[in-house]
Order: sequence, then C-alpha cells, then structure tokens
Amino acid sequence: MTLNAYLILSTVLFSIGLIGVIRRKNVLMLFFSTEIMLNAVNVGLAAISKFHGDLTGQMFAFFIIAVAASEVAIGLGLLILWYKRTGSINLDDIAGMKG
Amino acid sequence: MFEIIAFIIFSILTIGMFSIVVLTNNSLYALSALASGMIFISGFFFLLNADFLGAVQIVVYTGAVMSLYAFGMMFFDSLSEVKEKINNPRLVFLLSGVIALIVVVVLIAPIIGKNIKAEFPVHPEYGNTVDVGLVLFTKYLLPFELAALMLLVAMVGGIVLAGKKMNESYSEMKEEEIDEKIRLEESSTKDVK
Amino acid sequence: MEKFIYIALFAPLVGSLIAALFSTQSKMVFTGWFTSFMLAVSMYASLNLLYYVYTEDISLHIVLFDWIVIGNLDIPFGFVVDHVSVVMMSVVTVVSTMVHIHSIGYMEHDKGFNRYFSYLSAFVFSMLVLVMSDNFAVLFIGWEGVGVCSWLLIGFWYHKESATWAANEAFIMNRIGDLGLLLGMFLIYWNIGSLQYDIVFAQFSTLETSTLIWIGALLFLGAMGKSAQFPLHTWLADAMEGPTPVSALIHAATMVTAGVYLVVRSNELYSLIPEVGYAIACLGAFVAIFAASMALVNNDMKRIIAYSTLSQLGYMFVAAGLGAYWIALFHLATHAFFKSVLFLGAGNVMHAMHDELDIRKMGGLHKEMKATSYIMIIASLALAGIFPLAGFFSKDKILEAAFYSDATVLWAILWITAGLTAFYSFRLVMKIFFGKANYSEELHPHEAKSFVIAAMIPLAILAVIAGWFEHSFVEFVTKILPTWETTNLEHSTAWKLILVTSAIVIFGIAVAVFKYKRDGFSKSWEDTFIYKLLSNQYYIPKIYEVCITKPYYAISVWVWKVIEIKFIDASIDGLAHFVNKMGVRFRPIQSGNLSSSLRLMTFGLILGLVFALVLSVL
Repeated sequence: MTLNAYLILSTVLFSIGLIGVIRRKNVLMLFFSTEIMLNAVNVGLAAISKFHGDLTGQMFAFFIIAVAASEVAIGLGLLILWYKRTGSINLDDIAGMKG
Repeated sequence: MFEIIAFIIFSILTIGMFSIVVLTNNSLYALSALASGMIFISGFFFLLNADFLGAVQIVVYTGAVMSLYAFGMMFFDSLSEVKEKINNPRLVFLLSGVIALIVVVVLIAPIIGKNIKAEFPVHPEYGNTVDVGLVLFTKYLLPFELAALMLLVAMVGGIVLAGKKMNESYSEMKEEEIDEKIRLEESSTKDVK
Repeated sequence: MEKFIYIALFAPLVGSLIAALFSTQSKMVFTGWFTSFMLAVSMYASLNLLYYVYTEDISLHIVLFDWIVIGNLDIPFGFVVDHVSVVMMSVVTVVSTMVHIHSIGYMEHDKGFNRYFSYLSAFVFSMLVLVMSDNFAVLFIGWEGVGVCSWLLIGFWYHKESATWAANEAFIMNRIGDLGLLLGMFLIYWNIGSLQYDIVFAQFSTLETSTLIWIGALLFLGAMGKSAQFPLHTWLADAMEGPTPVSALIHAATMVTAGVYLVVRSNELYSLIPEVGYAIACLGAFVAIFAASMALVNNDMKRIIAYSTLSQLGYMFVAAGLGAYWIALFHLATHAFFKSVLFLGAGNVMHAMHDELDIRKMGGLHKEMKATSYIMIIASLALAGIFPLAGFFSKDKILEAAFYSDATVLWAILWITAGLTAFYSFRLVMKIFFGKANYSEELHPHEAKSFVIAAMIPLAILAVIAGWFEHSFVEFVTKILPTWETTNLEHSTAWKLILVTSAIVIFGIAVAVFKYKRDGFSKSWEDTFIYKLLSNQYYIPKIYEVCITKPYYAISVWVWKVIEIKFIDASIDGLAHFVNKMGVRFRPIQSGNLSSSLRLMTFGLILGLVFALVLSVL
C-alpha cells in the first residue's frame, strides 16, 4: 500500500476521534476519544517511518505511547476525585472556569 | 496482494470499532470497542514492519491502559447514562468532516518531500526490535530516561489522587487494631445508611 | 578668574535650593540671612569680575556643557562676561542683595518666609543666566526663568484672588512677548544657522533688510512683553499685588530691564535697521508720557511708582531705539538704584501703616520715619533728575540723544514727561511724608528696623553718586557698544538743553511742593473727564477685558462644550464603550464548558489549516 493510503487512514481515524471529543459529554468517553486520536497519529508516524526507511517515526510513536499511558493514569485519578466530590461525570457540570 | 487485503480488513475493522466508541451511549460497549480497536491498530504496526511497536501497543495500550480504564469505570455509576444532549449535532460532524477533508487534501497533494535522508535508517538484517533497541538506548537515551521519570511521577500522582486516607498504614498496625478500625468504619457507614 | 563666574552664577541658586528645603515650615530667619549671604557672595564675585574686566579689558567665556547638539544645531550652555553683561551683573547683584536684606525685615511676620526667599534667589539666578548667556537659547532660558519666578512672586499670597489674577496676567502677557522672541530666534537660526551671539552678530550684515526688520521687530516684541511697553503694559501696575521688595527687585531693577538688555545686546542688529529703531524710540516716548500721565492722579502708592518705572523704561527704549545704547544701559543702571530704593522705602511705609496703600490716608509721616523719608526724598530727586544726582546725568543724556537725532517731537515729549515725573514723584513724597496726617490714631507708625534702613543706604548712596562715573562708564562700555557722541552738538546747545530740562523739572517739583503743602488740588478736578480717563488707566484694562478676555473666555467655553465634550471625550469614551461591549459580547465564549471550548479549538484548527493551505498554494 502506498504511503498516501496509510495517511488517509490516519486522517480518518483522527477525525473520528475528533468527533468523539467534540460530541461526548461523558468525561470518560472523552478520554476514550482522546486515545483514538493518539492512536491515529501513531499509525501515521509508523507508516512514514516505514516508507522512508527511518526509525525516527517509530521512536516518536513509542514515546507517544508512554506519554499516553501516564496521561491516562493522571486523568483517571483526577476524574475519580471529581466524581467523589460532585458525584457526576457530566462535562456540562464542570463549569468552574465560567468567566 | 496479501498486504492490501490485510490493510483493507484491518482498516474497516478499526474504523468500525472506533465509530462505535464515538457514537454509542453505553460506556461498556465503548470500552470493549476501544480495546478491540487498539488490537487492530497493532495489526497495522505489524503490517508496517514495526514489530516492537506492535507488541508494545498490545502490551501497554490494550493491556495496561484499557485495564486502567476498566478499573476507572468501576468507580462510576455507569448504569445511569449521561444525557448526551448536544445543541447542534450537525455542527460536530461538519467540523470534523471539514478537518478530515482538508488534511486529506493536504496529504494527497504532492507536498511530501522526496529527498528526505533517513537519520536512523532501518537495518532490515537485524530485525526491528534490535534496531529499535540500538537507537533507543543510544540516541534517544535522554528522552527515555525522562519518560521513565514521567511515568514514575504519573504513578505517584495517580496513587495520591485516587487513594484513600493514607495516614495510617495497615502494615504497621496490629491485627486487633485493624479489626477495631474495620468495625468502626462499618458501624459509621451503617449509621449513615 | 572663571571661578568668579561660577560663584556669581550659582551662589543664588544654592541659596534658593537650600531655602526651598524649608519652604513648608514656619519662618526660619536662617533662610533669609543665608540667601542674603549667598547673594552677597555673588555680588562680591560680580564686582570682582567688574574690576577685572575693567582693568584687563577682556571678555571671559565659559562653556558649562554642550546642551543641544542635533545635526547642525549646536547650542552650548555657555556664558560670556563682557563689558555689557558685567555691568548688568553688578547692578542685579547689588540691588538683589539689598532687597534680600530688606525683605528679612519686611516679611518678618509672613508665614511663607522661607518660600519667599527661595523664590527670590531663584529669580536672581534666572536673571543672571539671562544676562550672562552667550547665545539666544540660554538667554531664553533665563527669560522664561524670570517669567516663572515673577509669577511665583507676584502671586506669592496665592489665597488672594487678586494676587493670583495679577500673576497670571503678568505671565500671560510675558508669554505673548515670548512668542515674538521665539519667532525671532527661529528666524535667526533659520537664516544664520547658529544662535551664538558672536556668530550671529557677525553675520547680520549679510542678511537682507526685510529679514532683519522681521527679526528686529520680533525680538522687540519679546522685549515689549518683558519690559511692559504699550500695549502689553497692564501687568506691571497689577503686579504690585506681590510683596513690595519683589516689586523693588523685579519691577524696578531686573526683570523689566531684561527687554532693554535684549535690545542693547542686539545693538548690531538694530544699528542695521534704523527704521525699526526709530519706531522703538517712538513707542518708548509714547509709553513715557502715557505712564507719567496715569501716575499723576493715582492714589495707590505702589502704582505710582510702578507707572514711574514704566515711564522710565520708555526713556530707556527711546535711547536704545535712537542708537544710543550705552545711554540706555547707563539709565538702566541708575534707574535700578533709585527706583529700587523708592520701592523699598514704600515697603517701609506700608509696613508702618499696616499695609495701607492709599496715599490719601497717609501724611505727616516725616516725624516718625525720618530715615525712610530722607532716603525717599533723595531717590525722588534722583528720579526727577536734579543735578548732581544720578538721574540727572542719565536722563539728560537721553534728552540730548533725542535732540541730536533731530527727533524734536520725541525730545518735546520726553521733556514734558520729565516735568510730569518730577511732579508726581514729589506729589507722592508730599502726600506721604508731609501735610496733614490723615491716618487713624491707633496705627502708630514707626520706623523700620535698623538693618532694613542699612540695606537701603548703599542703594541710596549709589543713586547719588552713580552719575558721576559717567565718563568711565562710557569708556568702559563703548568698547563693545557703539559710541554715540554729542560732539556735533555745540557746547552751548547742550548747555541750553540742560538748563531747559532742569527748569521744567524744578518747576514740577515746586508745583508739587507748594500745592501739597496745603491741601493739594481741589476736589473738583476729580470730576473732570481727564481725571476719570487717567485714573482708570485710559480704560485700557477695561477694553482688554471686554474685547479680548471675555470673547476668548466665551470661545474657550464653546470649545470645551462642543469640541471637547462632544467630539473628543465622546470619541474616547465611545472607544472604551466599544471595547467594553466587545468584551461583554465575547464573554459567553468562556463558559467553562469543555465541549464548547473543544468546538472552538477545532474551528481554530480549521482556520489554521486553511491558512496553511492557502499560503502553500500561493
């Protein structure tokens, strides 16, 4: 398959993730959509890495995975705290930054 | 030939799974669909000769991250569905669609440089894992260590955030004290109920 | 020798600054004596410089620092001590020192004692800067400085509305003159490229006459503002609202003579344009008789002396206008001495009469205030021009100059004015010191303190003897100024002139003495039209008020109401309102809702992508 195909696939996955991010009101679902976006990017990076014969893309993807893992840990921790305090994980209730 | 078929199958499956994640109201379905989507992504990695990355994807993402999400879901009241009330659903699809369109256009256009010299060329004779290891521990050593540090911090942070009262350490208390404590807690929760 | 220049220049400034430290505190006699001491130091330095320049016959130049150096414009902060400026310096410092010492006695009960001395010394400093500068720009600094200090001093009792009004009037009229001076300076710079005296005066002859006439007229406009020539004269009489020693210093000896100094300094310019000089002389003669006529009927003691100053300034300008610059300088010096001592004496009288100014309420003070009385009589004799006092020599020379220049009409005007001067000076003296005592019994006027009288004595002595140095003065000053000889006049004509002048002067004095020994003129004079005209100062202040002040005020109010409030304020407020409304409109963006923020984020992402796409295509 050509590089373009992989990149188009990556784009499609990314936009699916984007739809989820915008649409979802459940914060947990929001996190899922973020995971989707990260994975899409990983696919794109790996594809470029293969088609140029360079390992840089894979290294990048590798570190993205590491970062995503730690982000999930912290994000879930915060979400749990929030749930304990307010009892709701609806995005519309988290409006403390209302200006 | 084989590659094309594999690519098409995997891509259809991935897109389908991720669409379920995004569109369903049931969080359990979303979780399972996400997990399976991760597996199929790793299939892509294997197709692209990034063996190490594929294995890491399965182990870290599907294994660790998804189980983390599963544990997280246990905390929340997932039976009550969060009302997904959106003012303008069409806007959502419109925005994402436009972005997808533009990016595709960008990518299809012949903008990609042809004369890119590979900084860390692939050595097909070693195998991907060896290759990755070589580069990771020489050129990318500093990011590696920093990533390790970051993971440590994340772990500590996660524990602190989600943990219960950590003033008392059960391992340092005697059996009787632990029983006493548990009995007190149960009675207090009974009072509340 | 240069250190004397620095000492002379900066000693008053040091005194002023140190007195300023105590300006908000109650009276400390230390400030008075310290500033007087500083001025005495300056006086010593100036007299030293006078002696030096007189014996060595060289001018001293110093440059403090390069002030403005931009492109072709090079204005150093420089000072020159040549024959003219050292004469002015000596006069200024001598009179200032005496006035300072006198003020210690005069202002002894005033709350703003320290502030007063700070202002007074600052004034002397500015005047010295003006007199010692070697280019027009530093002259202008001194010019403005004396304007500001005179405003501060005239309006010294600032809670009195009349004082602040008079101060503003003085400053604004000065400003009108300053505009002329500035325009003149600009023209000079434009045509010659420098403002240094030596460069400018050397190159004046290369300019065409029309430019020279403009420059001369504009510089004289500045002189008119400062020296209160008609029509910018009304401020001088109103400036009497300030303390009397201020009037002695500023409005007799120093600030008002700055205009004369300017003309004398620019003599090389005015020699090239004799028509402008003649116009100056005519204006001067007009002012002389104009002011003398107003002094005839006035009943305010200080105003009479103020009009007298105005009149004598007219004399000086006649001399300067006719080309007899050294005569103008000579009259400036002698006038400084006897006029300042007249003012100081008036200050003593005011102090004794508890700030009474109306001479109709005085009389018969000779018994109680002998010293002041004698000093004022001497000064009035000098002012009238009686031989052998100072005024005789200088005034006579001016009359000679007018006669010699075939300006016989000018001579006639000045001759009549000499008679009027004698009359009103002695009217003043008689009404204050002799005749029936018209004041209430509780006043108990007493003589001023002895050190105050002691301060006045040197000036009185100078008023007597200054005229005797005429010959050495002429020799000294004409090394720089053009000579003006009367050798063309036959000796007999000169003697005839002197006799005629002395005759009318003695006649004026006699009339005053005889009439006011009894009761003065009858009251029916006060109903005549002439009397009303003169006592209302020819209604000129009223004309100014009606024709200039009120319309200007109306225009200002209109500009404020329409342009300021409706346009400028409205537009700026509108701008602020607009920004505010924009902020209010945009506030819902910050809803705190993550979803909407994410939506906005993707929208921004789209914009960025489109932008990048467009840029790469172009």
